Amino acid sequence: MAKTVGAGGKSSARTKKMNETKMIMRQPILLVAVIVVIATLLLFVAYPLIKILLFGLTTEEGTLSLQTLKEILTSHRYLSTFGRTLLLGLIVAVISTFIGYIFAYTITRTNAPCKGFLKMIATLPILSPPFILSLSIIFLFGKQGLITKSLLGITSNNVYGMPSLIVVQVMSFFPIAYLTLSGILESIDASVEDAACNMGASRWHTFWTVTFPLSLPGIISGCLLVFIQSLEDFSNPATIGGNFTTLSVEVYQVITGSYDMRKGSVLAILLLVPAMAAFLLNKYWVNKKSFVTVTGKPTQARKPINEPHIKYPLFIFCILIAAVVILFYGTVIFGSFVTTWGYNYTPTLMQYQKALAYGWSSMKNSMILALISAVLGGLLGMIIAYLTAKRNYYGKGFIEITSVLMFAVPGTVLGIAYVLAVNTKPIILTGTAAILVIVFTFRNMPVAIESGTTTLLQIDNSIEEASTILGANSGRSFRKITLPMLRNAFFSGLVYSFVKAITAVSAVIFLVSPRWNLVTSKIYTLFDQAKYSQAAAFVTMMVGILLVFIGIFNTLINILLAPRSKKRKPTK
Amino acid sequence: MSQQNTERPGKKSPAAVSTDITNTFQQPDTGKDFVAVNNINLEIASGEMVTLLGPSGCGKTTTLRMISGFEYPTSGNIMIGDRDVAKIPPNKRGISMVFQSYALFPHMNIWENIAYGLKVAHLPAKEVEERTNNVIELMQLKGMEYRFPNQLSGGQQQRVALARAVVIEPSVLLFDEPLSNLDAKLRESMRDELRALQKRLGITSLYVTHDQSEAMAISDRVVIMKDGNILQHGSPQEIYEQPANRFVANFIGKANFTEGVFKGMKGEAALVDIKGTVLEIPCPGKMEGVTEGGSCCLSVRPESIELSDKSGQFMGKVVRVTYYGAKVEYEIVYDDQPYIVEIYNPQISQRFNEGEYVWMTFVDKCVRVLL
Repeated sequence: MAKTVGAGGKSSARTKKMNETKMIMRQPILLVAVIVVIATLLLFVAYPLIKILLFGLTTEEGTLSLQTLKEILTSHRYLSTFGRTLLLGLIVAVISTFIGYIFAYTITRTNAPCKGFLKMIATLPILSPPFILSLSIIFLFGKQGLITKSLLGITSNNVYGMPSLIVVQVMSFFPIAYLTLSGILESIDASVEDAACNMGASRWHTFWTVTFPLSLPGIISGCLLVFIQSLEDFSNPATIGGNFTTLSVEVYQVITGSYDMRKGSVLAILLLVPAMAAFLLNKYWVNKKSFVTVTGKPTQARKPINEPHIKYPLFIFCILIAAVVILFYGTVIFGSFVTTWGYNYTPTLMQYQKALAYGWSSMKNSMILALISAVLGGLLGMIIAYLTAKRNYYGKGFIEITSVLMFAVPGTVLGIAYVLAVNTKPIILTGTAAILVIVFTFRNMPVAIESGTTTLLQIDNSIEEASTILGANSGRSFRKITLPMLRNAFFSGLVYSFVKAITAVSAVIFLVSPRWNLVTSKIYTLFDQAKYSQAAAFVTMMVGILLVFIGIFNTLINILLAPRSKKRKPTK
Repeated sequence: MSQQNTERPGKKSPAAVSTDITNTFQQPDTGKDFVAVNNINLEIASGEMVTLLGPSGCGKTTTLRMISGFEYPTSGNIMIGDRDVAKIPPNKRGISMVFQSYALFPHMNIWENIAYGLKVAHLPAKEVEERTNNVIELMQLKGMEYRFPNQLSGGQQQRVALARAVVIEPSVLLFDEPLSNLDAKLRESMRDELRALQKRLGITSLYVTHDQSEAMAISDRVVIMKDGNILQHGSPQEIYEQPANRFVANFIGKANFTEGVFKGMKGEAALVDIKGTVLEIPCPGKMEGVTEGGSCCLSVRPESIELSDKSGQFMGKVVRVTYYGAKVEYEIVYDDQPYIVEIYNPQISQRFNEGEYVWMTFVDKCVRVLL
């Protein structure tokens, strides 16, 4: 087949880029879309980030100064916080990836029983609201703890601190490692492992010489992703960290306690650097190292490992983790129906009544704003995916980078950046619902863009060409051909955005106002007041709401995406 | 929509196509200009089916894509009827195309897929329905209107792709290796079906393939391309029987070449000296570029060599025997050069074994003299 030469190569690529840029200039709809997207990204992504960088590095008078930075870098207190944060991230990343790998291996490689259940356990914590695991560790091991006080009779146990934080973060984030690794393990061609086996390698040998090296990029990727999550986590260290303050908590304390915005900004930048480094490392280095090749040929189905001495130890390990997960979630649900934890375990609905009276309006706010931002983010995500997936023009690089940047920015940093950016003229949005919607939209949009891009890259170019040669112009081809094929990506982006928006803590903690309060910040306040049972009721309701919404979305998807086999029958 | 006023799909006579196009790319590695298609003069008469045939990278797909409008020529004209479409976008050319991957719209059912082009043209609903249903009937897709592409077999998908392309009654129909995704048996039957349909509708067609038997079976004329140039064009018979050069001779079917020196003509026949033996070739063919006293070669098809254990022109050793059922293929080494010989009807013809020595005789009427 004669190839359409010319792809690749610097000068020809440049000519091509030039031509495509010209082509876009001639198409008014596309041109407007590109300009609007670039303007929006400039305003809501680039501007706030530049603002926080500048703010941290200038003095009150606006002159450039490294004074604050120097102050912090020479302060023993902040340096040890920085070190603690990184150390925590490292430990959590390693343990989470280890657990994630065992889950992924057990589920993809063995025929252990109850794989569906294990899969559910390994994905559940992703959907769970914040605070839930911190709450249960307090319920279980705190001063009034079910295990410490009621079971073992210890009342002096200090649950606040690093060990609790590690347990809670590992349980929250090992699913991220699991998802990354199961994807990688799934995509390793079964015949590669069969080949090793065929040449006489034992299972153990095959694992260490073939499977493990091939999944190494996934392991590093999983570690980095968990590391980022641990760094930017606010809700857990803020509630059970105790004296073990992490950077995100430090930033919060500096800003809300001593109202030192400038110091807060510099600390936030300090938090941004390792997070961004890990993100870029993962995106540009690890992903390129991946050995996994997609051949496109249907490969032999994998024969699951059936040897009892391999599968049962793995299975028992997974079941133990699953038991802990269930114990933690169950404890919170149980705690929400209890009169006074530690003293009076009579069942009651009182906590729910109090919670509703105290925070129903914030619950409503969260749902409405999350929904609006999910729809906006989904749509914008699809547009950006369409503008970047298959075209090349001047400005595309900017769109690509800025549109996913927010994903890597820790919530705390994002919150401060927006406070700084929208607090002054020309845009004053502080205290409005708009600012919350904007934060949610831009922070959660990258997943929609990612799935949209993946979908578009899978669509054969010739499908759009077929539409063109049948006479359709680019607008019509987009509406009738491309857009419908993006529905799946749109909905998965929508669901993700919604869940993330409703469970966001760190990004919104500086942005909520009395008028537009959100459920997560209300729960945080309850922690401060040690009203744990009421918080438990809140969190349980959130779980319910998330499940209901996801159910509704799934039904919607099923209805909308079902093949419409009966449209209109042509009349005879 | 306004763009349709130039070429509105409707009943119209098929147009002739003529091109004179060059397409230059910059080479990816060196940055030097690379001519993908060099001054291709292609003429397709109205209602004719022409095939572009050539190895990978010969420029046939680029040529097709320039005619379809997905690629623009660096220079030259593309005339469809009396309209130069070289600078007109693909959706305004009034042509259609059957893609290698079929490119069916996965989210539309068969009926919607086929009706798409008519709806784009804003034809009245009644006409859309009528024409779509007619084509569905014609392509024997009745009863599948409401299925989706992924619920059809490969052959059925191919029919839908064809139906979608012909329903708009294009002035030119382009085929981009449309049968390459089908298995061998199905490919043959679809090929005949496609040719029958093209003849019946009388659509001017350009077909791109790298499969020479497909090209022979389907076209009025075959155009052989290599490295962006046309090497030869003509009817399948002409191409097979009168190849212009060794490349064509070996690309269409197989050929054995024997080096020699051209000694001049004797009436219609050519005299060629092969290692001291002068052979008389009664139908030497075009003899392009062959000069008296200069070197040349004899081109013989495998089926034009006779084998005997008693007498013949050259004696060689059988090194390989492959049994195909309808024929036996021998590889015979003579003068350090392998010759491929095909003997049909093995049940009634004499057979030879590996290691035996046999006499080969060229059927002189089937020998061509090439440069």
